[in-house]
Amino acid sequence: MSEIPKEEYLTTCTAACAGCSSSLSLRYVLKAAGPDTVLVVPACCTSVIQGMYPNTSFNVPVYNIAFAAAAACASGMSKAFRSAGKKTNVIVYAGDGGTVDIGIQALSGAFERGTDFLYICYDNEAYGNTGMQRSGATPLGAVTTTTPAGKTETKKDLDRIVAAHNPPYMATACSAYPLDLYKKVKKALSIEGPKFIHILAPCPPGWRYNSDKTIEVGKLAVKTGSWVLYEREYGKLTVSGPSRTALKKPHPIEEYIRAQGRFKKATPEIIAELQQSIEKNLARIKKEEEGIC
Amino acid sequence: MLMISTGNKAIAAAVRQAAPSVVAAYPITPQTEIIEQIAAYVAAGEVETEYIPVESEHSAMAACIGASATGVRTFTATSSHGLLYMHEMLHWAAGARLPIVMANVNRAVGPGWNTWAEHTDAFSQRDTGWLQVFVGTVQEAYDATLMAFRIAEDERVLLPVMVNLDGFTLSHIMQSLETVDLGDFIPPNRLPYAIDVENPMGYGPMTGPDDYFRFRWDIERSMRDAHEVIRETEEEFARRFGRKYGPAEEYRCEDAEVVVVSMGTLGKEAEVAVDILRKEGIKAGSMRLRWFRPFPDIDLRGREVVVIDRDYSFGFGGVVAASLKAKTGTECYNVIAGLGGQEVTYDDIAEFVRTRRIGEEMWFGVSE
Ligand SMILES: Cc1ncc(C[n+]2csc(CCOP(=O)(O)OP(=O)(O)O)c2C)c(N)n1
Ligand code: SF4
Repeated sequence: MSEIPKEEYLTTCTAACAGCSSSLSLRYVLKAAGPDTVLVVPACCTSVIQGMYPNTSFNVPVYNIAFAAAAACASGMSKAFRSAGKKTNVIVYAGDGGTVDIGIQALSGAFERGTDFLYICYDNEAYGNTGMQRSGATPLGAVTTTTPAGKTETKKDLDRIVAAHNPPYMATACSAYPLDLYKKVKKALSIEGPKFIHILAPCPPGWRYNSDKTIEVGKLAVKTGSWVLYEREYGKLTVSGPSRTALKKPHPIEEYIRAQGRFKKATPEIIAELQQSIEKNLARIKKEEEGIC
Repeated sequence: MLMISTGNKAIAAAVRQAAPSVVAAYPITPQTEIIEQIAAYVAAGEVETEYIPVESEHSAMAACIGASATGVRTFTATSSHGLLYMHEMLHWAAGARLPIVMANVNRAVGPGWNTWAEHTDAFSQRDTGWLQVFVGTVQEAYDATLMAFRIAEDERVLLPVMVNLDGFTLSHIMQSLETVDLGDFIPPNRLPYAIDVENPMGYGPMTGPDDYFRFRWDIERSMRDAHEVIRETEEEFARRFGRKYGPAEEYRCEDAEVVVVSMGTLGKEAEVAVDILRKEGIKAGSMRLRWFRPFPDIDLRGREVVVIDRDYSFGFGGVVAASLKAKTGTECYNVIAGLGGQEVTYDDIAEFVRTRRIGEEMWFGVSE
């Protein structure tokens, strides 16, 4: 980890829950991006985490914008900076709800237009800000306040939607692997055009586990292949180090599921379906990495 | 330079001269010509503007907000459903104190689909904190757009400005247009709290009741100060370029016993009606309200008033008539006319005056 700078852009006085991994991820995102950066934040946990006026827990400018509007706002900001001859990083840091649901139109538009920015979706698989309702990114079987019996639909495949826009760079990451995340942000910001990073961000109150287990739960997601770390540069997919083992032989999904309270209503059928979809996904990624697709 | 232009093209010409750094827009009839013309200027290298062809109006305003927050000049244009789709972002732009200028080509709101003039679209954005000016001629569309940048960007205002023009009856008609040599009429945009990575700040974070309430009061204070900024700007415009404007355009009002109050192109029709009525011995005048927000201070004491509303607030009344009554206590004959592009001629307006029934409301052509 020695290559990660000591500078902090996220101060200690945030209003995040204990064990919040989306704040942890943001800490590394900002370390990689450095001070010449503006964060664009739609309504989400991050709008709370930054604290209450007149204070801010961040050491870079943060532009708060309405729920549906982050990517479009960043589009305008990026153009404005470029037109003024500035290289300032424009980074959207948005939740899964603000990305896969209400914000997807703006996201699609900004990617289609080739906006020079980095869009990061930190995915806690629910609407954290409003108290854990389901989002399109909530996995099958997970209990949320609006799916009290467990979600009956599968998780929306955001990455394939973004990939269909053919951005020069996109990647997945997980808060449990900060060095991997750090490097991906660095690489993303070295490339011009629209970049996308999708971070799986375990959330203690939402996923119903103790706050000291955040890293462990993140690692289980990767080890079981529920979350695969990879990069896609100019269309070419490369699986990242921590996911190599899962690609060969994933741990059974039960290990991941049992670590969390939100799956307590998942039936054996649902667990089997989750396991099947992992296998299907891993097979697809393997083939794609080998260039067979 | 003297030329013939549509209202839309006049606005585009003003935008070219004001040279915003960013224009983000989405097409909608009858506004489309404005943004096509700007796109053409950009493509031909006639203006140094970044043109962002966004995927929706919500995104158009969001892009302007993002750009404007960095301290650059921004413009967009829309109409009707586009304006309504932006609604959330309109509050945001004003709340964030961003001097965005937007042309809104006034158009009816569906269903049923109707692309002709009506002011309901703009009036339903009444409480967003935007300044709103309504124009009556192609020349005024151009002049008001130039002044809008200066008013919006004035440090005493720092609020967005909407320039309203009637769909088709102004957006698409040809009139003569005299462009000006702008010189330094619009100073460079200086946003006191533009995003600056050397001095990082949070913009629009969570705000407790006391601060939030104070921010709303600041908006209202600027709205009040805007009266003076508008007056100064219009006076300087008159001094430099010879065309005079005010909060309302008065025509033969000095000795008028009955005054027609209206907005947009109907206000120009009303002037012809006034001439007809004067020939008949009726001492009529016309007062075309140009500014809707901030609402102008006007004096109608001692006159009979006929208000033509090209809009309606259902279950309540015509918006202009209700505003006048609330502000000045004036009772009027409220004619609801021209909705969805209904034709209203100067003869019709003359007849409204002849048959006025002060204290009543009449829906022209349908309520009787
Ligand atoms: C138009 C609109 N609808 C609803 C809301 C209320 N709201 C604020 S944040 C949020 C959920 C955010 O969820 P997500 O994007 O997943 O981020 P998280 O809170 O989990 O960090 C909702 C529904 C809003 N701010 N704006
Ligand atoms: S709800 Fe989850 S994502 Fe939101 S602040 Fe708490 S831990 Fe972080």
